[in-house]
Parts: sequence; structure tokens; C-alpha cells
Amino acid sequence: MISLTLPVLIPLTTGLLSYVTPKTRPWQICLSLAGSLGLLLQSLYLFSQVADGTILSTTFGGWTAPFGIVFVADILSATLVVVTGLMVFVASLYAYFDIDQKRLDYGFISFLHFMTCGICGAFLTGDLFNLYVWFEVMLITSFALLSLGSDKYQLYGCLKYISLNLIATVLFLSAIGMLYGVTGTLNMAHTARRIQAVNDPFIIDMISIFFIVAFGIKSAIFPLFFWLPASYHLPPVTVSAFFAGMMTKVGVYALLRIFTLIFTTHLDFSNSLFVGIAGFTMVSGVLGASVQFNIRRILSFHIISQIGYMIMGMAIFTVNSLSALLFFLFHNIIAKSNLFFISGIIARATGSFSLKKIGGLYRASPGMSILFFIPAFSLAGFPFLSGFWAKFSLIKSGIDTQHWWLVGAALFTGLFTLFSMTKIWSQAFWKPHPVSPPQPHVGWDVLPCTLLAVITLIMGLFPQYLFRITDQAALQLLQPQRYIKAVLSEGTYQDLQR
Amino acid sequence: MEIVIPLLAAVLTTFGVYLMMNTNMVKFLFGLILFSNAANVIIFSAGRLTVGHPPFIPKGHEVPLTDVANALPQALILTALVIGFGLLSFALVLAYRAYQEIGTLDIDDFECTDLDKTDETGDPL
Repeated sequence: MISLTLPVLIPLTTGLLSYVTPKTRPWQICLSLAGSLGLLLQSLYLFSQVADGTILSTTFGGWTAPFGIVFVADILSATLVVVTGLMVFVASLYAYFDIDQKRLDYGFISFLHFMTCGICGAFLTGDLFNLYVWFEVMLITSFALLSLGSDKYQLYGCLKYISLNLIATVLFLSAIGMLYGVTGTLNMAHTARRIQAVNDPFIIDMISIFFIVAFGIKSAIFPLFFWLPASYHLPPVTVSAFFAGMMTKVGVYALLRIFTLIFTTHLDFSNSLFVGIAGFTMVSGVLGASVQFNIRRILSFHIISQIGYMIMGMAIFTVNSLSALLFFLFHNIIAKSNLFFISGIIARATGSFSLKKIGGLYRASPGMSILFFIPAFSLAGFPFLSGFWAKFSLIKSGIDTQHWWLVGAALFTGLFTLFSMTKIWSQAFWKPHPVSPPQPHVGWDVLPCTLLAVITLIMGLFPQYLFRITDQAALQLLQPQRYIKAVLSEGTYQDLQR
Repeated sequence: MEIVIPLLAAVLTTFGVYLMMNTNMVKFLFGLILFSNAANVIIFSAGRLTVGHPPFIPKGHEVPLTDVANALPQALILTALVIGFGLLSFALVLAYRAYQEIGTLDIDDFECTDLDKTDETGDPL
């Protein structure tokens, strides 16, 4: 079952190779592109293996399922690995134009790929403690990427980021310890089976709170999101964009996995919590964004409000809402990273990220304006762009289950997202530049943005294909028995014998 | 005797959280060290405690003869300790680096990254 482990091995090898190759731009970027392309192709192959609904599972070190560490791929994991491969490919492409020589010398490409390794591991593992380890791999490399270059402001942001994330780590570890104390196992599928026999709802609820807080800090929910807007606008644009796309989504994935697989016995409790969290996260994120004038800070606050939409999908907890959540997740990873990439181009063209100091871009380079228009208005939920379908299906599932407050909050948030996007549009593109009009933008750095914009367009024009996948993934999530069987069945054992 | 270990976790958490509420970054990190060790103690006690029965299997046998200590939590703690050590040493080095760069480690004295001040003084491009 090498296809399950390759998504971790490929970035690991790429990262190691980039240490020993010359630190010149063409070498590093070509290596990074090759590695990420390999990851993308491998993950597509993995997806083709699980697309029909089979759940692949493999064990390590010759220990059978509940004892050894397992890697499991269902549709959700496989699609997320595909998106990770795509994002790291685009990020490497953009890094060619964005990352300075100093950071390349310090091993930027290595850290990028080690982080990808951690992300893929977290998506694929079927073991709680192993999940903790992958989170740590991701975390330590994200520290390195954030502080690399050690600009003064980067250090400020990185300290805040580190402090809050380390607290999340400790809480996650305690939660694993307590869950182990109650069930006596660390394998997720085995835990899911064992937890049925625990009759004490108080203990279960307490442990689930620990998980919510730990993953909540990682995924930046209300009121635990303060590390995000303090740090995401400070590192180089490539780092911001990759973090904005992937980091918080790993937290959402972990929440989704834990609450569809393990804590399924007290869903009333966790879902009622998620209703509150979702509403407050959406509204506080979007209100935070509306007072900002730095493009990257506006976008950072919007990450928070969009995490709220995803938590809303979990709060409603039907097939439709989970499917909408996943659609939103994919749409958001692509559109949000793209906006960060474009913010870098805007800053290079006009000299600043601050909306008060820039302008005149529409006159100077109308092509790039269209490039901004697509992800920005997709994020706001304009019809026939991917965000419209994501929000439409989420809100529809909310109406179907009569979560009126959530639906109201989601619509309100959508309106204010539109406000923020039109703010950037009118300030950066329409308004004349306060000092000197920018030159027409020429350069290949629009290539990664175009790639992502085309994907957003395709997702918006032909949403049915992606919805077919997310529907299946949501169905799988709501039938945890299949996951448990795939991990604990004899199938794994026979696989080992071969 | 089992109650001692949870009490230890409680004491570590208390002092850890107290230190973490300090505005000085170094004290915060020291608090975090205590707090993360509380998590390790929690894992240790979650594996059920036994006194004086190390998990050894006598020669010629395939399973231990009596009830022995649970070896898994100890392995987990070992892993968590190593990871925690790495993270905390990185954080301490970063704090030192920040001290060199900024001249203070008091969070109240930091210029706030949450404000838009950054791009006045050269937001990294």
C-alpha cells in the first residue's frame, strides 16, 4: 500500500533534497515544482483508488490494526491531499517571483515541503497520537516559515502565533491522554468502537470540549482566533497564501474527523456548541475585516469568518450540510490563497499593502483586475462563481433544518464580505493612486493566480462534478461503520501478509 | 497513592497557567513548560498506575505472568517530551532573537502587530 504513504514520503524527500542542492533560484524552484507535481499526480492516483467509495488502509511496522499506526484514505482525505498537492505546486511557482535569496539560502523550500509532509500526514493518519505528531511537524515548520528571515515585525507576529498554538498543542495532548484513559486505545476506528461502551456522558463531553478548544485554536474559531490576524500579514506573500489556504483547514478537517467518527454519541451537545461558535466566528471575523485597511489583514479576518461557515456545516450535521461544508472548504482554499497571491502582485505594482496608499490599478492593468475580480467575488458569493454554490448549499441546508439564526448570520456575513471585497476593489483598482500612477503590470507572476482563477471558474460553472464528490465524502463521513470496518477488518491483515 | 499523580497534574497546571498570565514572554514560556508537563502527567495517569511491576516478560514466556505496568503511555510521554522539548527550545531561541531585535520581551511594550502600524514602517514586501 505504498500509494498511501507516498503523499508523505514525496514532500519529505523533496525537502531533504533541497538541502543538498545548490541554493540558486532555478535549482530550488525546479526541485520544488518537480516534488509538488509528483505529490499532485500521486494524490490524484490515490483519489482514483478511493473514488468509488472504497476506504484504503495500511499499517506500519508489521503490527495489525488496533496496535500499529494506520494510514487511512477515504474520499475526504484523498481529495484534501490532492488540494494540498495543488496548493504547494502553485506556491512553489509563486515563490520563484516572491521569495528573496536570503530566505532561499535559509532553506525556504525545505520547510515548505516538510510542512506539506505534515499536512498530508495529518490528513491520512488513522491514529490519534500520530495525528498529534503530524500536527507538530506542521507546527514546527510553520514556526520556521513564519520567522524565516527574522524581520522585526515577523518576530512579533511569530511570538503570538507560537504562544497560542503551543497552548493548543498541550490541550490536544491532554485530550488524547484522557481519551486513551477512557477507551484504552489510540486507533481512531478502535476508539470509535470502544467509546460506545462508555456510559458516562459527562466524561465524553469533557473530552470533546478539550478537542474543540485544541482544534478550535488551530482552525481559528471564535474566541480563539487572535493569533491569526496578528501573524498572517507579516511573512512573505507565498507563506501567507499557503498558510491561509491550508493551515486552518487542517484544524477543520481534524474537527470533522473526530466529530463524525469518535464523538458520535452526544451530537446534541457538540452541535449546539457549534451553532454558537459558527455564528460568532462568522460575524466577528467579518466585522473585524470591515475596519481594516491593509489588504492582507482584511483577507486574514475573512479566513476567520469563512471558518465560521465551515463550522456552520458541522453544526447542522446533515448529508447536505457536510457536503456543502466540503465544497466550501475546497472553494475557500483555492480562492483565499489566490487572493493572497494577488495581494502580493498588487503590493509589487503599487508599493504597499495599505489601501490608503494605493490605487489606479484598473487603469494600469485591466487584465490583473479581472484576475482579482474572480476570486474576490467568488469569496463574496457572486452567482456562477464557486463561492455562490458553496454558500447557497450551506444556507439551503440551514433553511431545511430551520437553523434560522445561523442562516441569518451567514447572509449577514455574505453581505459584509461583499463590502470588504468592494472596498479593496474601489480603493486599489478604481481610485486614482494618491502619489504616482502605477505602471502596467507585466510579469509571469500572474501565472499561478491565473491557474487558481481558472479552477475557481470551473468550480463555479460546473459545480455538479465537485458536488458529486463532496456528496459521496459526506455520506462516507456519516457512516463511520464503513471506516471502522475498513481499518479493523481482516482486509488489513491480509494486506500485511502480502 | 494514585491520587498523588492527578494532584501533581493539578499543581503543575495551576502554576503553569499563573505564569502564563504574565506579560513577560520568558515567564509565559516557563509557564508553558509546566503546563505541557501537566499534560504528560495526565497521559501517565490515564494508563492506570501499578506499583513495582515493570512490563517485562520472563525468558521462555510470550506474555507477562502477572499484571504489569502499561508501557504505552510511557512511550507516548517519551515522544511528547521530545517534541515538546524541540518546540519549546525553538520558542526560547525565538524569544531571545526577538529580544535582540526589539529590546524587550514584555508583551505590553510590543508595538502591536494587530494595528496597521506595520506598513508605515516598512511592511515586508
